[in-house]
Amino acid sequence: MSKKMTGAQAVLESLKREGVDIVFGLPGGVLLPLYDAIYQSDLRHILVRHEQGAAHMADGYARATGKVGVCIATSGPGATNLVTGIANAYMDSVPMVAITGQVNTWLIGKDAFQEADITGITLPITKHNYLLRSAKDITRVFREAFYIARTGRPGPVLIDLPRDVTVDEVEFTWPEVNLPGYHPSFKAHEMQIKKAAKALMEAERPVIYVGGGVKYAAAHRELYSLATKINAPVTTTLMGIGCFPEDHPLSLGMLGMHGTKYANYAIQESDLILAVGARFDDRVTGKISSFAPRAKIVHIDVDPAEVGKNVRVDIPVVGDARNALEGLEKEVLPKPRGPWNEKIDAWRKDHPLTYIPDMTIIKPQYVIEKLCELAPDAIITTEVGQNQMWAAQFFVHKDPQKFISSGGLGTMGYGFPAAIGAKMGRPECEVIDIAGDGSFLMNSQELATAVVNDVPVKIAILNNGCLGMVRQWQELFFEKRYSATILGRTSPDFVKLAEAYGAVGLRATKPSEVEPVIRAALASDRPTIMDFIVNPAEKVSPMVPAGATISEILELEWCEIEHIGHLEKHYSDQRKSIFGEEGC
Amino acid sequence: MRHTIAVIVENKSGVLTRIAGLFSRRSFNIDGLSVGATDNPEYSRMTITVEGDKEVLEQVIKQLSKLINVIRVSELAPAESVERELAIIKVTADKESRSEIMQIVNIFRAKIIDVSARSMIIEVTGDEEKINAIVQLLRQFGIKEMARTGKVSMIRGTRVIKA
Repeated sequence: MSKKMTGAQAVLESLKREGVDIVFGLPGGVLLPLYDAIYQSDLRHILVRHEQGAAHMADGYARATGKVGVCIATSGPGATNLVTGIANAYMDSVPMVAITGQVNTWLIGKDAFQEADITGITLPITKHNYLLRSAKDITRVFREAFYIARTGRPGPVLIDLPRDVTVDEVEFTWPEVNLPGYHPSFKAHEMQIKKAAKALMEAERPVIYVGGGVKYAAAHRELYSLATKINAPVTTTLMGIGCFPEDHPLSLGMLGMHGTKYANYAIQESDLILAVGARFDDRVTGKISSFAPRAKIVHIDVDPAEVGKNVRVDIPVVGDARNALEGLEKEVLPKPRGPWNEKIDAWRKDHPLTYIPDMTIIKPQYVIEKLCELAPDAIITTEVGQNQMWAAQFFVHKDPQKFISSGGLGTMGYGFPAAIGAKMGRPECEVIDIAGDGSFLMNSQELATAVVNDVPVKIAILNNGCLGMVRQWQELFFEKRYSATILGRTSPDFVKLAEAYGAVGLRATKPSEVEPVIRAALASDRPTIMDFIVNPAEKVSPMVPAGATISEILELEWCEIEHIGHLEKHYSDQRKSIFGEEGC
Repeated sequence: MRHTIAVIVENKSGVLTRIAGLFSRRSFNIDGLSVGATDNPEYSRMTITVEGDKEVLEQVIKQLSKLINVIRVSELAPAESVERELAIIKVTADKESRSEIMQIVNIFRAKIIDVSARSMIIEVTGDEEKINAIVQLLRQFGIKEMARTGKVSMIRGTRVIKA
């Protein structure tokens, strides 16, 4: 016997049946009926302070747990504030359902108050989206949305929910998913697996190149078995970080623009690349025409459209990474270490990831190393820019669900709300957002969300007083003309900012203070900001200049004394202009 | 290189936008597009003409296939398919030119569907070249207005493209 209920209640019942136990959102006029139903339900709702935060929290939650993240925003500005977060999830294939309020169906298209055509706006950044026009479609659409979001290549799905649809009464039914135009590929073709295995066996210089697809398919164990069975070196993209333990002798770390030299050299010398759930992004390949010139390419991907999109592929394998890797592992015979492994070890020894330590000024890389030493099992989220690259390079990653970063879209302001979402999903884990002073401010309002909901995430701000990555490019390619990249040391005082929100603020200005600050933060049971005043002149190295071949990877000069002086003068001038002479 | 593809889509609002949006954001060049009903009211059929090499065509087909509302995508090789387009053309036609225009219409097996003292509307069906040819011939009389449908296409023989 089906039950009569309002549209809003049908939404909540659908969420419950899809296993949703937490949603991130912010109400508004057209969402009053839905929020009234939430008030009367046992669904956990986390009130954010800006809708972008809700989208990133749902995203962080999804990446940390493997479940579908859900965010809610009202019509018009609420919905448009989700857009960056949805685009971010789309680029990184994150399973997410975004629910937006919409004006009453009879007002749609009339430029009503707080109306925005959000299905139109999000068309190119969602895997699919729906504008509901009738309460009787709610359950079908919600069921389809969750199915689409989590299957095949995951991605965000948006459901636009007009106010009257949530008020209308409906008989609750739970129809089976029937999508004649949607056939996500699961099982790889056996013939292709055999071909790939043969190529792997014949290769003398194989490299396994791993992306986020391995993470989403939870195929890291299968990857490990395959790589160790044939002694093939493994490099990961930013999205693939953690899929292969970085302390393993076969690990090459990350490849590409700020990857390790040995990963890039290995790719360029390789005679076979086994790409798994990776999409040959321009930050990985550099100049595409000279990428891996000697290599045959095997490409395993669940999304057929990725195969052959950016590079020519010799052996395409369309299917789920786990299934394909498992099949491959069965087909190949064990292979001992050989001259290729030795060559790579020599490269690794000659060109390690490194930096010059300093006793007087904090090096950002040192902060990351200390975080790794003191919290090796933490979930790391990052903002975007230098902080992100150092976090990728100097933290030793071993768990695919413990490195959470905005890869494709490169969204500054992602890391902190993502950390809150991750902590909500995995409360037993320490969660640390590695941030820059520029990025953190883009969603710092979520400190209120963290404090009010008692989510003790830790934020390590590598405070260099500038938009570091852009500044680095200006230094290298624009003759040190720092156009609009100098933020200054006092904007704002992050310790006071933390305290203003009721969080804990700690600061380290000298290398000797780094460890005590981290220890204090890890001991804190409240949201805690660590403000590390780091060397502003530090650059992310090595680096492949944009458009260059990835083996043309440069070791950047570590530190120019004169240069630091130049930046510090900027800051002191700025302080003077704000506080007068005595304020310096 | 031009390619013709047939796309069977769910007959729902917004589907055309999804397809047009896909072409623009992926920088695929679309030369022609026509949409219409199929024998099943739940589905529509689009005939899309795209410009590009083999790799582009492959991407177009794969990306279209990813859209949830797209049921089937097939390329129609010119040698194995028939294609037709329809045009209606309003030409200047007075006493002197009328009979000459009618001769051209007959040669092309076109039809006159409207006549006035100073104009005629001609309906012509055929492949793209045929329509281009009649348009070219009618130009000398003065084309006042023209509307073309874009082509529809179907595989010869018993093979079918259906949902």
